[in-house]
Amino acid sequence: MSALMQQVWDRALEQRVPLSVQFDLTYRCNERCVHCYLDHDDHGEMTTAEVKSVLDQLAAAGTLFLIFSGGELLLRKDLFELLAYARELGFDIKLKTNAILLGEREADRIRELGVRSVQVSIYSHRPEVHDGITKVPGSLHRSLAGIRFLKARGLHVLVANVLMTQNAGDYPHVRALAAELGVECTIDPTITPKMDGDTSILSLRISEPQLLRVYMDKSLIGDPANEPPPPTDDEMLDARPCSAGHTACYISPYGDVFPCVQFPLPTGNLRQQRFSDVWHESPQMNEVREIRMRDLPTCSTCSFMTSCTRCPGLAYMEGNMKGPSSADCEKSMVRARGAAAEKEVA
Amino acid sequence: MSDVFFTKADRLAARKVAGEVVILRADDSSLYVLNPVAAAVWEAADGRTPLDAVVRDVICRDYDVDPETALRDASEFLVALAAQGILRTSDQPLPPADPAPDGARA
Repeated sequence: MSALMQQVWDRALEQRVPLSVQFDLTYRCNERCVHCYLDHDDHGEMTTAEVKSVLDQLAAAGTLFLIFSGGELLLRKDLFELLAYARELGFDIKLKTNAILLGEREADRIRELGVRSVQVSIYSHRPEVHDGITKVPGSLHRSLAGIRFLKARGLHVLVANVLMTQNAGDYPHVRALAAELGVECTIDPTITPKMDGDTSILSLRISEPQLLRVYMDKSLIGDPANEPPPPTDDEMLDARPCSAGHTACYISPYGDVFPCVQFPLPTGNLRQQRFSDVWHESPQMNEVREIRMRDLPTCSTCSFMTSCTRCPGLAYMEGNMKGPSSADCEKSMVRARGAAAEKEVA
Repeated sequence: MSDVFFTKADRLAARKVAGEVVILRADDSSLYVLNPVAAAVWEAADGRTPLDAVVRDVICRDYDVDPETALRDASEFLVALAAQGILRTSDQPLPPADPAPDGARA
């Protein structure tokens, strides 16, 4: 992040501005990914007018970065009307889509509307694996076609490669595919429980040896972080666990506001309340805001605290927003094991 | 320079964040944070108000600055923002906007 961008985030934090919002416009989807945390039935998503009203409120609150996601965005027939409206309000927009409904016409509109980037999930270079995860035959082929349409129009495209048991070894090939397409690629080994708390999909998480391989892959992280974590000091203990509820939040298609897409703590609903009231007054949001690293009884005394990627939302889903998130504990331990192995080699 | 008209370029995102105008360009993610005078120029960029009117009616009203200095500073910002592709300039004003139909958003 540039120093100037950091200044903007710091100012937003000081003034409690919700600078970045992920807004899921629908949970409906045309794929049925095995690891998905959503319920795809439509339980009454917000209308066009309701979404526009929320966008007005977000603009007034100071939101600049708007991530439209789903479900599958392109299932909303009013998507381009909403995009045009959001752009008129001055938002910077990133889209997350599976791109299987994205043809030349849609790519043209996305380009015309000034969307800054589009993220597309690609699980494998092998159709049988990707399509096996999405449960839609031909989906890899169609997603890649969508990416090519976007790329041909000069759009910034990011391939997101979520790792799970089915595709753990495929990421080097997905990265090569992304490079061939001329797009960025991110690798993420995080599988989260379903929004309703169902943890059955956690069995899809990659194994420790597979995770270790990822953390020791120098092509992913450059020189592995094989130095021990820096010692904990007061500044670190006074730090906020993450941006959720401070400069960022999440809005569901039903108007529910959460601190983050991975932090399903209900804080209010925009069908009953104004966004600014939820953002500034919600007791739940304020409870999240009060938490500092020193308030985490287990994590604040952990030797990995300063290097851990602990997610407060995952901790919340495990039953305690001030507790550890076990997936991140595992990642910290695996990273440490990787670092130790690196040192032995050196 | 005083009778120049200016509009915001396309493919930009912009927001006043904690009192500062922040602009982000979609094509290359370039970020700009405007100082107050540049922000006043940006916010007045409707393609119909000439720069001298912005200086007289906004900058001189809001800041303790003489009109000549204000016009020179504002002109410099306009040139800089135009060079960055943030503003587009013209020696002609845009035609008047069509009146909004009943019920349309202002």
